[in-house]
Amino acid sequence: MKELLMGNEAIAVGALAAGVNIVCGYPGTPSSEVIDTIAKRKPEGVYVEWSVNEKTAMEVAAGAAYSGSRTLVTMKQMGLNVCADPLMCVNYIGVKGGLVVLTADDPGPISSQTEQDSRHFGKYAYIPVLDPSTPEQAFRMVQDAFELSEKIGTPVILRPTTRVCHNCASIDVPELKSPGKPSGFVKSSRWVIFPKLAYDAKSKLFERETRLSDMLSEYGENEVSGSGKIGVACGGVSCAYTKDAIAELGENFKLFSVATPYPFPEKLALEFLSGLEKVIVFEELDPVIEDALITVCGKYNLNVKIFGKRTGDTIHAGENSQMKIKSELVKFADLKCEDEAADFSDAPALPARPPILCAGCPHRASFYAVKQAMKGKKAVFCGDIGCYTLGNAMPLDMVDTCLCMGASVSVPQGMYHSGNDAVHFGFIGDSTFFHSGITNVINAVYNQAEEVVIILDNSTTAMTGHQPHPGIGKTMMGDVSEKVSIEKILTAIGVTSVRVVDPLCLKSAINAVKEAAEEHGVRCIIFRSPCVALFKPKKRLMVNSDKCKSCMKCVKELGCPAISTKDGKAFIDDSLCNGCGICAEVCPFGAFEEVQC
Amino acid sequence: MNKNFVLCGVGGQGTVLASRVLAQAAMARGDFARTAETIGMAQRGGSVISHVRIGDGVQSAIVPAGGADMLIAFEPGEAVRSLGYLKKDGICVVSSSAVQPVTAALTGSRLDADEMINYLKSKLKKVIVVDTESICKKCGSPKVMNVALLGAAAASGEAGFTAEEIENVLYSKLPAKVLDMNREALRLGAQAD
Repeated sequence: MKELLMGNEAIAVGALAAGVNIVCGYPGTPSSEVIDTIAKRKPEGVYVEWSVNEKTAMEVAAGAAYSGSRTLVTMKQMGLNVCADPLMCVNYIGVKGGLVVLTADDPGPISSQTEQDSRHFGKYAYIPVLDPSTPEQAFRMVQDAFELSEKIGTPVILRPTTRVCHNCASIDVPELKSPGKPSGFVKSSRWVIFPKLAYDAKSKLFERETRLSDMLSEYGENEVSGSGKIGVACGGVSCAYTKDAIAELGENFKLFSVATPYPFPEKLALEFLSGLEKVIVFEELDPVIEDALITVCGKYNLNVKIFGKRTGDTIHAGENSQMKIKSELVKFADLKCEDEAADFSDAPALPARPPILCAGCPHRASFYAVKQAMKGKKAVFCGDIGCYTLGNAMPLDMVDTCLCMGASVSVPQGMYHSGNDAVHFGFIGDSTFFHSGITNVINAVYNQAEEVVIILDNSTTAMTGHQPHPGIGKTMMGDVSEKVSIEKILTAIGVTSVRVVDPLCLKSAINAVKEAAEEHGVRCIIFRSPCVALFKPKKRLMVNSDKCKSCMKCVKELGCPAISTKDGKAFIDDSLCNGCGICAEVCPFGAFEEVQC
Repeated sequence: MNKNFVLCGVGGQGTVLASRVLAQAAMARGDFARTAETIGMAQRGGSVISHVRIGDGVQSAIVPAGGADMLIAFEPGEAVRSLGYLKKDGICVVSSSAVQPVTAALTGSRLDADEMINYLKSKLKKVIVVDTESICKKCGSPKVMNVALLGAAAASGEAGFTAEEIENVLYSKLPAKVLDMNREALRLGAQAD
């Protein structure tokens, strides 16, 4: 039956159609919907979990693949860094069941700290990389990836980007049947990595590169089409933009769509390059295909000039688009283009509308409480990865550093040991605490750092779409498990100052921060209040305009999207208000009044 | 039929559901459809854009600048922000309710819906303004705004789909208890001009 599937849903359904047994991973935009979809659609006999982090997920996946399970492990590109250790090793050891590593890259970046390119990682680790350009191709490729992984006995990377993961297309969904039973783990020295094994494995990985390259030159998703003296090479979603741009221009080019950036399909590349004078390469992130073509030209002494990022003819960062590629092609091929864009330069000025914390978000109250408690005192606020990174926006302005998952707890330690004369705060969400915060708190306790760790516990992994985590007591298999208690962990690892506070009770929240700031050693405050997106509000607030004295303290200090100004007074948009009530606590004139929903 | 739509608004307004409904209405007729939406951190209260492309022959889901037959705007300021997507003779369906950005409130300014809509009218051959605030009040939920806008788009006769086709998709997508409310929003939206 035809369904409108998001790329990530297509990957999940494709994996289930391929008979995947085990699926695990850690949420990260733009990869998260794969596991959400597996959990919704899985037939009997498929196991799925959100692991605590990507390293754990990769190791769970390795054990599953050693046991003959077809296994899918999912993450975003930053997560690939976290699991680099087990992934490098498992490629040397090899697998029995097919192991597909889904790592979703984020050109832009739209929702990430870096614009790193996982195709390099494949080359670096000698792991084949499949790079789909559309959701329907991703659906086919995840199935091909399992076949390839079992054929060569090592993991295979599937690397979609945001516009493949999050775009939807009509896809014919097959009936999903239960997978076959995995063959089981059989003891052998092959599973134990030692220098001798690593030496032998490295030679084999290097030698197979040429063999694989030849095989992939025959792979149907790698394609040479069109004709002419000018070549265009592309990979990933840029293939889709390029094909649309060429169709729009109505010109003929020889086109090379590269679906396997590593190993690069050299024989097919030679067929493409034959008879060409020059080639332009369209790809997002790094010049991977461009460099591969330059290498082929050098190796075979071909007189074809390759243009792209290195020659300054295509974009160095950010996303491609049909328009960008069209204009780059027009310039490159010296075409005439009579586009006449409409002129909207006289449009009224528009205020920027960046993403912000939701109305009623408990993180706003937590940041506000810390800000008030530390008013006039020297303090540094280290942030982390999650919705609460948005605490950087004005007027809260409460994120002085943001590095990577878990670093809110460890960065302050380096500042403290450097002798900084300030109270150091780390802000970390509940899911991030389980991901990589715990070991960092242990480090602080062990090495006698001074810091206040604020754990923003909204009982979910909110930013990536509300996935469960160990503190919630629900698994992706639908089971209820023992809730892992954050406060018990903190106590067990030697934190003597632990407070649990509702941030929406602003007064007690501010007091808790003031007290903790005066103490020494590692102090933890758990601000616990559920994510507003998960509950229907019981009350809303409205402004009594007779009482509002237009001081605008609410607007200037909270930055709540439900509060604006109208006719010189504060105004609440009742369709946005979630009834957290902190505006009522902040208002000196009692102008905010509760209305029951 | 080849049609390109761009839906724009503020994260949380229901643009994602609306673009999926549009695509599914086309698929129910046997057409191929692609969509692209803003998902993740980028959506929280920020500007969001959804693309819908109906018909064979295109590889990418993103509507190029100047390529949209219709702009369905959930917020008048966002309509102005996304005007560049519209074809020269494209039409715009727009909600009359502004959502005030925090950045405006902080500077004491206010986004003026009328100013935005007047600009749209000065630039486009056809602008359909939908009083979504009153429709949502009549239907009893701010969540029906997306369906009201789709109703107006269908009634324009230039979207290539009918209100009945939208309603059929709603039957398959929405829980029974909110169906009546949404059918009413679809009907009221279709009365806008």
